[in-house]
Amino acid sequence: MKKQFDSKVFSPVHKLELIKYAGASGDFNPIHIIDEEAKKTGLPSVIQHGMLTMAKVGSVFSNHLDKGYIQNFSVRFKGMVYENDTVTAKAILKDKKNEGLYTYEVTATNQEGKVILLGHVDFALL
Amino acid sequence: MKNLKTLIIYVFTGELKLWLILRNIRGRKIIMYENFIGKQSVIVKNIIERGAVKKFAEAIGDPHPIYFDEEYAKNTKHKKPIVPPTFAKTFNYGQIEGLELPKSGLIHGEQAFYYERPLKTGEVVFCSRTLKEINEKKGSRGVMLFLNFEEKGESVEGETIFVAKRLTIITEKVRQQMEEN
Repeated sequence: MKKQFDSKVFSPVHKLELIKYAGASGDFNPIHIIDEEAKKTGLPSVIQHGMLTMAKVGSVFSNHLDKGYIQNFSVRFKGMVYENDTVTAKAILKDKKNEGLYTYEVTATNQEGKVILLGHVDFALL
Repeated sequence: MKNLKTLIIYVFTGELKLWLILRNIRGRKIIMYENFIGKQSVIVKNIIERGAVKKFAEAIGDPHPIYFDEEYAKNTKHKKPIVPPTFAKTFNYGQIEGLELPKSGLIHGEQAFYYERPLKTGEVVFCSRTLKEINEKKGSRGVMLFLNFEEKGESVEGETIFVAKRLTIITEKVRQQMEEN
């Protein structure tokens, strides 16, 4: 858990993935699934659920879950993620609070380097 | 804004509320979100099901055995399978009576989860949500509404397991579409 930084690159966003996430999460906001509906709200096409992006960022910490858990996880959604976009998630260790509480800055960027998510994770060791 | 009188008054006073009152006189359905600040939904009992957690883990591309494999979890600090950190978003938090949100087009601005401890598969969680605050921002495409919700998950014993904070954005366009339907 003392890694300075951890990162993960995700496969290009696929519509089937958005459909699966809608089903698994119960979020059926059509702007994530139906292009026509997305266009009605001013978007060029469907976008990935912010929560799916957040979940992917959270998965950067999964290999450490045997020994601890994500205690706090807060993010701001900065940009849209479209089909075929490649998202890279990074976690950079910022601070070690008490014994066993690590604060990371997390970011997600798309293939153009644009930041689409920014936030923090506090990881607690048990 | 289709009504000239409405437009003139909006431009001169810059007062959104006055504009809404004028629109109300014309008989359009207005949703006054401000009336719901501080209102909490009725608490809903949620049971964390193993199948749902596994499906969620697969859907987010993170099928880690700690989320559903009991044998694997026995050898971890948690002893039992835990749920992914964003799984709490899938709970039923109940309805804030009378508050209607657009079914299409809501934008998620921010999200945060604060856990006292990890959630375990099989647990019973009592969930509710409260509308805490509303902010407005006038942009080039009209007025954007920022709704701050606080969601909470409590154990059977009444202890808070987690608090989640969410910022939902309603654009002018989405609000109009909803009010016209």
